[in-house]
This record gives sequence, C-alpha cells and structure tokens, in this order.
Amino acid sequence: MITVYAVLTLGGLAVLFAVLLFVVSKRFHVTEDPRKVEVEAMLPGINCGACGFPGCPGMAAALVKGADDGDISHLVCPPGGASTMEAIGSYFGLTVGQATPMVAVLRCNGSCDNAPAKSTYDGPTSCAVAHSLYAGESGCPFGCLGDGDCEVACEFDALHMNPVTGLPEVDEEKCTACNKCVIACPRNLFELRPIGKKSRRVFVACRSTEKGVVSKSHCQVSCIACTKCAQVCPVDAIPIVNNLAYIDPVKCIACGKCVPVCPTGAILATFPVKPLAPKVSADAATE
Amino acid sequence: MSTGMIVSLSPHVRTKASISMVMGMVIVAMIPAILAGLWAFGLSGALVMAVTTGVCVLTEWFITVYMLKQPSRINDGSAIVTGLLLGMNIPASTPIWQVIAGSIFAIGLGKMAFGGLGHNPFNPALVGRAFMLTSFPADMTTWPAPGAARWSILQTGGVDAVAGPTALGMVAEAQGLPDGLSGVAGMPTHWELFLGSIPGSIGEVSALAILAGGLFLLVRKIISWESPVFFLGGLALFTGVFWIVDPVRYADPLYHILAGGAMLGAWFMVTDMVSSPMTPRGRMIFAGTAGLLTGAIRLFGAFPEGTSYAILIMNAFVPIIDRYVRPKKFGQKKKEASRG
Amino acid sequence: MTLKTFKIGGIHPPENKITEDRAVQSCPLPKQAVVLLAQHIGAPAEIQVKVGDEVKVGTLVGKAPGLISANIHSPVSGKVKKIDTRTDASGYPKTAILIDVVGDDWDPEVGEAGQYEWNKRPLKTDIQATGDEIRAALAAAGVVGMGGAAFPTNVKYMVPPGKTAEYLIINGVECEPYLTADHRLMVELPDEVLVGTEILRRALGVEKAIIGIEANKPDALRIMAERVKSYPNIQVQGLVVKYPQGAEKQLVKALTGREVPSGMLPLDVGCVVNNVGTAQAAYLAVQYKRPFVDRILTVTGTSVKNPGNYLVRLGTPISQVIELAGGLPEDAGKIILGGPMMGKAVSTTDTPVGKGTSGILILNKAQAKRPAVEPCIRCSKCVTVCPMGLEPYLLSEMAKQNRFEEAEARGLMDCVECGSCSFTCPSHRDLVDWLRYGKARVLANRRKGK
Repeated sequence: MITVYAVLTLGGLAVLFAVLLFVVSKRFHVTEDPRKVEVEAMLPGINCGACGFPGCPGMAAALVKGADDGDISHLVCPPGGASTMEAIGSYFGLTVGQATPMVAVLRCNGSCDNAPAKSTYDGPTSCAVAHSLYAGESGCPFGCLGDGDCEVACEFDALHMNPVTGLPEVDEEKCTACNKCVIACPRNLFELRPIGKKSRRVFVACRSTEKGVVSKSHCQVSCIACTKCAQVCPVDAIPIVNNLAYIDPVKCIACGKCVPVCPTGAILATFPVKPLAPKVSADAATE
Repeated sequence: MSTGMIVSLSPHVRTKASISMVMGMVIVAMIPAILAGLWAFGLSGALVMAVTTGVCVLTEWFITVYMLKQPSRINDGSAIVTGLLLGMNIPASTPIWQVIAGSIFAIGLGKMAFGGLGHNPFNPALVGRAFMLTSFPADMTTWPAPGAARWSILQTGGVDAVAGPTALGMVAEAQGLPDGLSGVAGMPTHWELFLGSIPGSIGEVSALAILAGGLFLLVRKIISWESPVFFLGGLALFTGVFWIVDPVRYADPLYHILAGGAMLGAWFMVTDMVSSPMTPRGRMIFAGTAGLLTGAIRLFGAFPEGTSYAILIMNAFVPIIDRYVRPKKFGQKKKEASRG
Repeated sequence: MTLKTFKIGGIHPPENKITEDRAVQSCPLPKQAVVLLAQHIGAPAEIQVKVGDEVKVGTLVGKAPGLISANIHSPVSGKVKKIDTRTDASGYPKTAILIDVVGDDWDPEVGEAGQYEWNKRPLKTDIQATGDEIRAALAAAGVVGMGGAAFPTNVKYMVPPGKTAEYLIINGVECEPYLTADHRLMVELPDEVLVGTEILRRALGVEKAIIGIEANKPDALRIMAERVKSYPNIQVQGLVVKYPQGAEKQLVKALTGREVPSGMLPLDVGCVVNNVGTAQAAYLAVQYKRPFVDRILTVTGTSVKNPGNYLVRLGTPISQVIELAGGLPEDAGKIILGGPMMGKAVSTTDTPVGKGTSGILILNKAQAKRPAVEPCIRCSKCVTVCPMGLEPYLLSEMAKQNRFEEAEARGLMDCVECGSCSFTCPSHRDLVDWLRYGKARVLANRRKGK
C-alpha cells in the first residue's frame, strides 16, 4: 500500500509541476518577430560588433527594420562575408551592400633581428604595461612590443606571436576584421586594409615619425622618408607626412613598384615582387 | 636575450620574505604541538603524521606535474603544512588506509580542484578531516589514551586496546545527566587539559604547546591577533552564557577553550591565510562567528566537537565578508573644516 | 622630542643610506648640456631660442605657455647647437635643446647669483618681497617641486577663493632608501632652507610652518632644531622612520593629524607641502633672483665606487654624473632615477638630469632582477601595509581583468603608487604594475567622457 501511495504522490506532484511550467511558459512568453530569429540564425553568431550593432541580435533587428523600410544596402556583416550577405539578401528579396573584404595588417616589421634589443623589459607580459613604462627594448617608441596583447584580444584564432621574430602574424583565412586587435594594440600598429584582388596588398611596415637617422638607429627596416617610393608610384598613392610614408589602400593598385626601391626594405608586399633591373655602369656600356 | 639594462616599474627592491619562508615559520610554530603529540602517542602518532605529510606532498606533486603538466610547486611547503595539520587533527589510532584516503581527498579536492595554492576557499586540512569523519565515523571517534598508547603499536592489539573518551565527550555526556558534570567520572582538570595528558587528536592534546607556537606566529607577524582572540572569545561567550545559567550541567568557558580542538583551531586552523578574510574587521567577524558556531555545535549539535565544521561553514562566507568589509581607508572621515 | 607618525600602513625597507656622511661636491660642467623642455607637471615650455643663439647661465630658453607650466633657463653658457630629442624619465624621447658649453658666464639679469660658490653665498635674511612678488619671482625662476613630482611652485601658493591655508609644511623626510640629497642640504645649508621656508610662509600668508624630518637623520634634526630657534614661526618636528612618511598625505597626517579626503588636495585641509630643496630654491629665486639651474642629487648603489651627493647643473647627462662617482660598475643591472621605491628605471645614460631628478641609483645584476611571480596566498600583508588603506590584491586583479569601474569604486584612484604592497608581498606579485595600468585606464576613460 505504501508503494501505491508513494507512486501516486510523486506522480501527482510531477503532473502538477509540468502543468505549472507549461502555464508559466505560455503566460510569460516573449513574442519576438520570427524574422529576427531567422535572420539571426543566418549570421555568424560571434557578436564581434564589426557591423556597428550590439552583437548579432542587434544586427538582426537592424536588418529586419531596414527590410521594413525597404533598404538594407547600408548594412554589412564583415565576418559573415559575401555568403552571409547573399543569404540575407535572398531572404528579404532586397539588394545587399557590397563590403570590401578587409584584413588586419601589422604596420611594423621591427622583429628581434631588425630591431635588436638594447635593454631588457622585466614586468608582466602585457604590451599595455610595457608601453606605459618606456619606448621598448629596441628603443623605437612606435614599434611592436611583442607581449601579445593582440593575440589575447583576437577571438578568431587569427593572431599568433611568432617566437622567432617576436612579431604577431595575421592568418588571413581566419581574420574577420572585427577590429579588436586594432583597439588592443597600445601602439596602434594594426590597420584594417582591404584584402586586395587575389590577396595582393602592399603596405609600409612602419609607423615611426622620427627622423630617418633616428628611426634607423633603432630598427634597420624603418621608413626614413626618402620619398623614392612616392616618386616611383604610378598612381600617386603614397603621401609622405611627418617623416613617414603611407600607402593609401584605396588608390594602391598593388603593382609592387615601390617595394624594391625602398632602401631600408620598409615596404612589404604579400606577393613576390619583380626586383629592379641591375644598373648598367657607364664603363660597361662602352666595352 | 638579456642585453643592456633591465627596465621595470618601481619598486625596485623587494622584501626577502617568500612563500616558503612563511610556510617554514608555520611549520616551526607547529613543532611544540607535534612533539607533544608524539610524546603522548608515540610511534603510532609518528606514523600517522608521516603518512599524512608524505601522502599530501605526493598527491600535490602528482596532480601538478602529471595531471596539470605544470612545474612542481612542492618546494613552497604548503603541502607539508596541510599534511601536518591534517595529521594533528585525527586520532593516532586511525587505520592507515583511512589516513591515506583522507590525505588524498584533502589535497586533491580541498586544494588542487580549486586551482592550487591560493585558490581554495576551504581549509584543506579540515576538508580532509570532515571527509574522514563522515566516511569513517567509528574509527575517527576512537581516541587512544596518551602515555599508554606510546609504545602500543608494538604490542598485540595495537593502539585500540587503550582507547578512552575525550574531555568533550564527557562534557556532552554530562549535559544529558541530571547530576550534570559531577555525574561523569574521571573528567580531566583544567591543568590536565592545558598540559596535555588526555585523549584526543594527535595535535590537540597540549594547549600549552599550541599556545607557544601560536604566540610565535603572532610575534613574527605571520598571523594577526584578531582570528585567535575572536575565535576563542566567541566560543567563550556562547559557552559562558550557558554556564552562567546552569553551571551544574554546562562546563565553564575556560574548560571549553582548553578542551578538544579549540586551541588548535584558534591558532592554526582559523588563521589559515588562504581561507580567511583579508581585513582585520573581516577576520573578527569570521573568527568570532566560527567560535559561536563551535559552541553551538558542541552544546546542541550531534557532535561533541564542533571546531572543524564551524570553521568550514565560515570559510564559505569569506568571499562575501571580503566583498562588504573594507579596511580602514585613509581620508574616510569628513574632511576637517578649513574655515572659510 | 617625541616623534610623530601616520597611522595606517607603512613599511620599513632597509635604509641603505650609504652616502649620508658624504658632503656635497660640485659636479663639473658638461661639454654639452641637454635641456629638456618638459621637466615639470603641465604643458612643456615653448622654445625661445634657435640654433646658433648664444646663451648665458640663466637665459630664458623655454617659456611657460600657461599657468600649469614652468620656465626653463639655460643652465650653462655657450651656443645652441641643435634642437633634438632625448629620452627622459618617461622612457620616451622628448624635445631638448642641446647647448655646447663655453665657460660659465651668468646672465646679468639674474642678479649676483653667479658670483658666489654655492657654499659661500652670503645669507640674506631680510625678506622685502610681498606675497605677490614672491609668487612672481618663483614663476620667473622656474621653481618647481623638487621632491620628484615637479609641480610648478608658484601655483601651489595661489590659494583659490573659498579655501584657507593654515600650515606650511616643509618635507625634510626623504623616506626613500639610499637617497640623502635633502639630508645633506639640511646639514650644510640649513639657513638657506629656513629663510626659504620663511619666504614661502609669507607667500602663503600663514602663521605656522612645520619642517618634518625623519629620525634617521639625527645630525640634520639637531642642526635644524638648533637654527630654527631664530625663526619663531617655524617649528621642526621629528618623525618616526617609516616609509612612505614623505608622501604628502601621510606627512600632513603625521604633522597635523588631518587626513586629506579622497580625491582632494592638502590645501583642502589647510596645508601646503613642499620639499626642503624647493624651499632653498625659493630662497635663491627671491633673494638672489637665481633661476632654477642646478640641484643636489645622490649617486648611490652598493656597486658604485664613489657614491656621494653632488651638486649638478640641470642638463648634465647622467653618464657624466656617474663618471664622477667612479663610472658605471661592471655588474650594473639597473639604472634608476630617484629612489628604489618609486624611481624610474632608464635604459640609457644619455638621459639628462632634470628638475625632478633626486638621485641616480645603480643596482647590480643580482639586485636588479625581479623574483618570479607566485600565486597570491591571501596573506593580506598588502592590505596591512597600504598607507591609503586600500586592497592592492583586489584592485590589481580587477585592473588586470579590465574591470575599471569596479576598481575605481573600490578606491583605485587613491593609490599613490608608493610600492609598499609590491615590496611586502611574499609571492612577489607585480601589484603596482597593474594598479598603475588601472589608474591610467580610468583616467583615459574619464577623458573620453565615459
């Protein structure tokens, strides 16, 4: 008999709780636009904020609102890329914005070899702390400190410190241009630049505004503002301001002509570049 | 890759103290109590202490090096301290396999599971003891009488042959009798409790030896005075109230302080740095409440001894104590009126 | 006399005052002076000279562009060689005027200061200047606080309406281990310090001035206590040896019993604090119209061959001062500007001596390496020693986890970065590194208007 009572009591309680839960879930249900839920499912779900909205739910809400207004061409999800935007576009039956795929680029090549250490930093492994302490082991006040704040900030496993060079390396495949490394670097060395046709990019790997003589004393591959690159650029994409050359990513056609003329090797390209033709000396020509 | 000058943030000088130095001082402070325990319980006591210490150190080393794949930390001495404290908290007659189980549990679950040194919210030695008490209640409440037990490990029958009730056991029994304390035969005197010739855990028998070690730690500024004073004060307050109301059935507060694990708890367990609060006022609240709880468990709980559980319960409150209790801050008073 | 002290926290680092008996010696003039334009709190001075200009000692080479700034005067005579950059105590290159030194001619506008050796100046006790004139003279001479912070002194004596000053406090504490510059100043030029104190007292308009001196300088205490008898409005008070007694809030507390509330200044409890060196600089500025062009500093360290106290012209590269002290030791590991508790480590000896350089400490390689960081054992020693009553273990951890608002609410901005917590920690944790980082981020967030 006791068993029967026990079974009835517990069974009855179970049914009671089930009914209670059902009633509560119905009574306090939050109605959401079903489209928002569906659009959110199409987004990457990483909440990086690169779209400018608070996470993927925010972007989904903005897309639904934009669709109601008839225009979503101004909304772009960079990590999602073309495939995500096409899916969203066909869902609403509207044209989507064209995002230029971007990638994070480190504008410094002050590796342990190029910018040898002249002192030893002793403290927590944090670029922010080292930056507030002094210019750094190489002496260049603009150069990479090598403690990996950027690696910690990247949530896509796209940044890794190279133990030999002491510099971070960006994995182009994994980088979503979410901007977190740009914010994390206390020296503002990262820049989001367009990936370029067939991943061809050219950039000046230096941010030092020190006079050429001074910056060269810290780092072999610093920009000395000799202006040779600006002179050879066919599309006038290289302004030189404050002892520093900068390649405008919009104008640059990635021809690679500036790379070999740079005397210090401060300009880097992501593709092999034709070296300069060897100069023929006047004596040789008369032979 | 060290070249040139070292550049770091100030301060550029540091104290010579280190974790191993702190642990070393605690071990030195425990020596009188350990010696008193070994004198009372002889080889069986020595064996139990050796097993707790050895197994605790081995467990920490194994978990750190093989499971977590990190460099070994046993050099800092904290595992040795836990082992010694655990040994001091259990009877000398505890079967060795139980001692091993307790030690592994104390370090494994009481310390390493939380992240190792500095991360455990509960006192690891007490965690081990609580585990053993719950799992092996009979063996953990059999107390060999000192002296007689000294060489008993070599005799037939071993140390079990000379078991006896502890002072607190007698106090608990007295509460239920109409005659109260006078109805219990053979209760130790205050002096016997102070000097240490009564049954109990290995380390708790001599209040004098514990006090010597505790005062050493106080003078060397390893522990601060709030914890032991407020713990004993809380205990004395709770038991004192009942003793004043009914001195026939309840033992006096001094008896309670000297009996059982109260002295050991006050000077070595409640002062464990990792599991106690970070501010003086916080320690007063923590230790005082633990003392009151100890009294409550002793007088009204199912166990004659309440120190371990009281401290463990209060360990759980340490994070919230630290959150709300702040140290005395400079410039907190209303600013002096500067006329005009 | 009974010694006073502050109540909360404090530590006793080894004093190492190995240079306390070494009399001050003059450092020879450098071949080239490196005059930084930012040697003070506030905006850098604006350059007044160009390459090729001839300057004399005391010529104005940098002009204060606003109130919170200071004039910079040439510390040498010669020709401006170049306007360049040099790394200063901040660790970053800053604008500096390089002057090739020729002779030692003083600008006639700065009075008779150049005629006398520093220890043979006649004492001018008669103070004619009014409060306003004193403030003007301090500003003209570019006098800034010499205790290390280098705040423009004349600004400290402009009491805003609504606030009242009751005490002038002169800091003769020098609580940092190793440093003895203030000690020697009080022993060798006590009267200049006392007249300077009188001048500052007049500028502030208060009845009482107190000079606080730590008890580990018994000769300075004795001499000052003796000489002060001629100055009825100045009092000398001995202090218990405890770091950081020289921190201004702790000094105010010890001498007057008043606690400066969080986020406020000593003036809010009626006090103004200045270093003994600043008092002497005020004397020179007002009585001799002498601009701030040199200072006493201690070169010290157990490996240094000839440690001592030297009177150095500003702009002298520290390499030269170190040469005077026997050269950089073979086993040198760290070069610190200031003392071991709050000084700045520098990577190069090109750095020049500035207005706030109170000492050059050289630690050998064994002393320089920090011990490895171990887990926090919650011993609460950092809480016990913090003179501001904070919880360094908690605040540094919050800063590390970027929880800046919480840390600010828990008192992070009251931290004076004295280093007592890091010094005491048995786990050698880098508490001050993270506290400083947290404070910088809180300030940056405030500027952004968060």
